[in-house]
Amino acid sequence: MARLEIDENGTEKYVVRDPFHIPDMECGAMADTNSFKAAPDHNEDLGFPGELLENWQEVAIAKMGELAKKNRAFQVYLDTCVKCGACTDKCHFFLGTGDPKNMPVARQDLLRSVYRRYYTFAGKYFPWLVGARDLTKEVLDEWYTYYHQCSQCRRCSVACPYGIDTAEISMAAREILDSVGVGQKYCNEIIAKLKKTGNNLGLNPKALRATLEDLEEDLEDETGIPVKLPLDVKGADILLITPSADFFAEPHIDGLLGYAKVFHAAGVSWTISSYASEAANFGMFIGSYENMREVSWRIRQAAKDLGVKRIVFGECGHAWRVGYSFLNTLAGPFDFLDQSYPIPQHIMEFTSDAIDAGILKIDKSRNDEFIMTYHDSCNVARGSAMGRKEGGQFDLPRKVIKAVVNNFHDMERDTIRENTFCCGGGGGLLTDDLMDLRIKGAKPRMTALQQVTADHGVTHMAAICAICKTQFSKVMPKYGYEMDNIMSVHQLVANAVILDGQETEQDDAPETVAAGE
Amino acid sequence: MLSTLYAVLFYIATILLIVGTGMKVLKYARTPAPLKIPVSPAPRTRAGVVQRMGREVTMFESLFKSNRWIWIFAILFHYGMLLVLLRHLRYFTQPVWWWVELIQPFGVYAGFVMVLGLLGLLARRIVVNRIRYISNPSDYLMLLLLIGIGVTGLSMKFLMPVDILMVKQFFLGLMRFQINELPMQPGVLIHLGLVAILMIIFPISKLMHAPGLFFAPSRTQVDNAREFRHMSAWASQLEDLPESIPTEEGK
Repeated sequence: MARLEIDENGTEKYVVRDPFHIPDMECGAMADTNSFKAAPDHNEDLGFPGELLENWQEVAIAKMGELAKKNRAFQVYLDTCVKCGACTDKCHFFLGTGDPKNMPVARQDLLRSVYRRYYTFAGKYFPWLVGARDLTKEVLDEWYTYYHQCSQCRRCSVACPYGIDTAEISMAAREILDSVGVGQKYCNEIIAKLKKTGNNLGLNPKALRATLEDLEEDLEDETGIPVKLPLDVKGADILLITPSADFFAEPHIDGLLGYAKVFHAAGVSWTISSYASEAANFGMFIGSYENMREVSWRIRQAAKDLGVKRIVFGECGHAWRVGYSFLNTLAGPFDFLDQSYPIPQHIMEFTSDAIDAGILKIDKSRNDEFIMTYHDSCNVARGSAMGRKEGGQFDLPRKVIKAVVNNFHDMERDTIRENTFCCGGGGGLLTDDLMDLRIKGAKPRMTALQQVTADHGVTHMAAICAICKTQFSKVMPKYGYEMDNIMSVHQLVANAVILDGQETEQDDAPETVAAGE
Repeated sequence: MLSTLYAVLFYIATILLIVGTGMKVLKYARTPAPLKIPVSPAPRTRAGVVQRMGREVTMFESLFKSNRWIWIFAILFHYGMLLVLLRHLRYFTQPVWWWVELIQPFGVYAGFVMVLGLLGLLARRIVVNRIRYISNPSDYLMLLLLIGIGVTGLSMKFLMPVDILMVKQFFLGLMRFQINELPMQPGVLIHLGLVAILMIIFPISKLMHAPGLFFAPSRTQVDNAREFRHMSAWASQLEDLPESIPTEEGK
């Protein structure tokens, strides 16, 4: 938290650092920070070679050429950078570590330099002039290190005059690494697990059912009402696709209870699928179209099998990018669903509509112990949208929060909305072997939070991303907060919603939120 | 003799510029974009994208928001250069178009503005550690080349006047496939030589950012993935996956 200092006049004031503070460059500061590499089995489960190929160099260069032919973004971004430097102070990992290779343009150049060497006239004949270099084992290792220090949050892309998106380069680099047998343990193990069990946790249908039944009991104890968390119910209207962290982790689970209460209050029938019991799609992180498609496809299969009419996504950042921007491409067309609703829909859109329709009874004072702020998750903010208006991905969550809490303050403008700082754990970095990087990468966001704590007494931060929530519950204690100072938005909704027939301790009548508030 | 050499040089440079850039642009246009990746918030309609790109091209909107110093120098340079280029149309038109006539006096000052912007960009590249770190020799040389073009151009106006009528005869001649004499003065020869180099390296250098800008999916795509199914040719060729849940899996 902000340091309380007393100046010579005896005035107390909080001293907070600047979230945009640019550190001195420290070459190689993060060169030895590496995540564990994947075991051969897991690489093979994803269709990649198990171990580093003998002719890896040849394969990697060919793969690079193939990707440039298959992906316009990759091709154009490699060519158009003018090294203007506008992105150099935009990455939270550079701001947090000072390692110059964590500057977006420098990160791109790790790969661009090799592309130039093999695929451009200038790089073939005048490599020294344009900084082109051969693909050596050292370069490959450097790729592994620094392309796993990018959370693919796209903050740099917003800053770039040409829209160059480092996430695209980073995804391509990981795809090339995978194609020569160098996979990352965290991502590849999880994708392999999902293909076997339907979720990242490896939770089987029986265990999932037991978990949901426990939660139903908790809800009934709390409200006195049998709120259901249905699993594999054929013919339900809505299929809920939510990150598996919602089944077991805090504060995720409280968000899940929030969705259940909203669905209950809205009187819709819904279900979770044990076959597609995961919203997360790590295929995106490793840049593998095929793997991402395979994971997405399970949602289509589950929707068909259960005969649902709508698909609603729970609170998960990158899942919503895949859901909103890619699902129709990867697993569509969804002509078998009810076309009068967006496909898929975000739970925030559902809850927002429910608020507008006035069907939720809300007692805001039940959240009075919290002074809230909201963290825009990168993939929601810069890779997706919500609602019918541009920028709905910023406005809808804030509208829902303000409908259920009395105390809300935004963080500094350049650290939220499209300029939001990543939590430091996205893009396949949410692994303990990268904890040092994660703590440093969270610094800009944490500093912005400390500012609103100093200025407005903010106590808690809400988010709608499973990765953000897990990351913050781990790193917030390093910045003077408690691990439960991070909350789910639907946790706040769950606190404030009063179901029909629910016994409440308080006597004051719940207020119904009017449409449009 | 030297005039013939310059004539040939300009024919080659023009061909390389047009064909080279054209080939690159065709390559960009033909490369599929497999997924919808507009950086949001993004326009929901094509008209909105046209406006977004219009602001990027004419005002460097993103750069304005991300780095004010680079933006100032970039605007000075690019708009200075635009006026200078328009002013140079008088060497290629007979009679000179009225609006080209009109901007002549401004074009001269624009030359100074352009060089000033370039010097600013060069200074940043040298002075700011982070930008020096990401710079290659070609990045400095590109700025020096443009500064060289600007300075030799200005020097012909203010220090060592050149017979510009002869220069005009030379270019009008080239346009009609005749080779006329160039004035044999170092200013004009260096100036034109540097311009020819710039034209030749355009398609194989980072100057491709100019056309490339229009092919960045992050800015040019419409945010409508839920409403319209976006498919690339290669992705629609992928093997079909089963529509139903395999029996051994699931429940």
